Amino acid sequence: MNKIAVIDYGMGNLHSVAKALEHVGSELNQQVEVSVTADATEIAAADRVIFPGVGAIRDCMAEILRLDVDQIVKEAIQSKPVLAICVGMQALMNSSEENGGVDCLGFLDGEVRYFGDDLRDADGGRLKVPHMGWNQVRQTIDHPLWKDVPDNSRFYFVHSYYVQTDMRDMVSGITNYGADFVATLADGNIFATQFHPEKSQTVGLTLLRNFLQWDGSV
Amino acid sequence: MALAKRIIPCLDCENGRVVKGVKFLDIRDAGDPVEVSKRYCDAGADEITFLDITASHEGRETTVHTVEAIASQVFIPLTVGGGIRTLEDIRAMLNAGADKVAINTAAVTNPEFVREAAQRFGSQCIVVAVDAKQVSKEGEPLRWEIFTHGGRKPTGIDAIEWVKRMVTYGAGEILLTSMDRDGTKIGFDLDLNRAVSRAVQVPIIASGGVGNLQHLVDGVLEGEADAVLAASIFHFQEYSIQQAKQYMADKGIEVRI
Repeated sequence: MNKIAVIDYGMGNLHSVAKALEHVGSELNQQVEVSVTADATEIAAADRVIFPGVGAIRDCMAEILRLDVDQIVKEAIQSKPVLAICVGMQALMNSSEENGGVDCLGFLDGEVRYFGDDLRDADGGRLKVPHMGWNQVRQTIDHPLWKDVPDNSRFYFVHSYYVQTDMRDMVSGITNYGADFVATLADGNIFATQFHPEKSQTVGLTLLRNFLQWDGSV
Repeated sequence: MALAKRIIPCLDCENGRVVKGVKFLDIRDAGDPVEVSKRYCDAGADEITFLDITASHEGRETTVHTVEAIASQVFIPLTVGGGIRTLEDIRAMLNAGADKVAINTAAVTNPEFVREAAQRFGSQCIVVAVDAKQVSKEGEPLRWEIFTHGGRKPTGIDAIEWVKRMVTYGAGEILLTSMDRDGTKIGFDLDLNRAVSRAVQVPIIASGGVGNLQHLVDGVLEGEADAVLAASIFHFQEYSIQQAKQYMADKGIEVRI
């Protein structure tokens, strides 16, 4: 039995990620048990952990701290494969510019920045914010989670803030929107995506399938 | 490397079946929403929009089940609209597996609802749907007014001002339907689209009037839409999603193929 805990701290729609994992598990003929939970014991007993998040970072961080999810995530990243998605990825960083500045968990080194109100492409064309839709991800390292995912595949993004880090070794995927930004991070047993694999059709499901089989080593 | 323009097939559903009206009237049956959604997803649709035009309470229960069934088989973004009036309605749709909700009439009746919804669930899942109709006379500067209740009720509200206001309230995306064009198959109202797209920072989905693939191209290149929504050209298999994407790509538009 492959036990996956999707950490539920009350923010956003976790059903789509749970449904996508169940779908991928059944394709693998694997016994996958997905629980959407904030229960520390249940998460400690899981083989793999998903740390999702949507919405505003201030509300996310408030709930994370109120429900002691910070401790739960801290324990998880010390011991098992963790996949952080969207605001879940952003929450792992030091701080975010959103909502006038919010301290985040600081488990990964880097900041979360705003795309800006007058974002332009290389030809001076106006770019809308949020960055919403399917954009290409350039894989910057080999990683078990990229297995069978063609380089420059399009994934589904929806966000107005992005991660910036000086820790270049941690960056595993890059996307361009006005400028290059961090699409994915990889640090030991943590993999983090700014896009939503659960909404990215075939390539997203492939990434989730890889996660279900990943032992956390690189 | 750039963000792709999106093609969004739209399922207008009544009592659990896909239907499509012409100018909001004349209903033809177009199939089972789960089958239709899955077919579109496999064919490369970038998102699915599900508009529930059922009025009855029993029908609404059916809708929740239909959304659940779609969401368990379709792994691209799913927007649900039609009759979304309360935070509870939004919660129910998100729990059923929707990624976004489209709010139309309730936004006009109570604009604060959009603000509360965006604060509670995040702007990324709040789409404000706008039904606009040209009200300027021949020779006057173009002006559009918004209508509610499926296009039946005039509001006296200017469409451009309204969209700007909705974005400041937290709308993450605008689904813009031209009532003059809906069901006509003569193409989007490009002036309307461009005016709205330039007025706000968030993405605009153009809707209403698609009759051929060039209309989709015009919506992006001239209407400056970020996404194009169509129903009947896909439902009745006049064109496939792949054909539409290939046609757009041939015209130099970035699409996901």
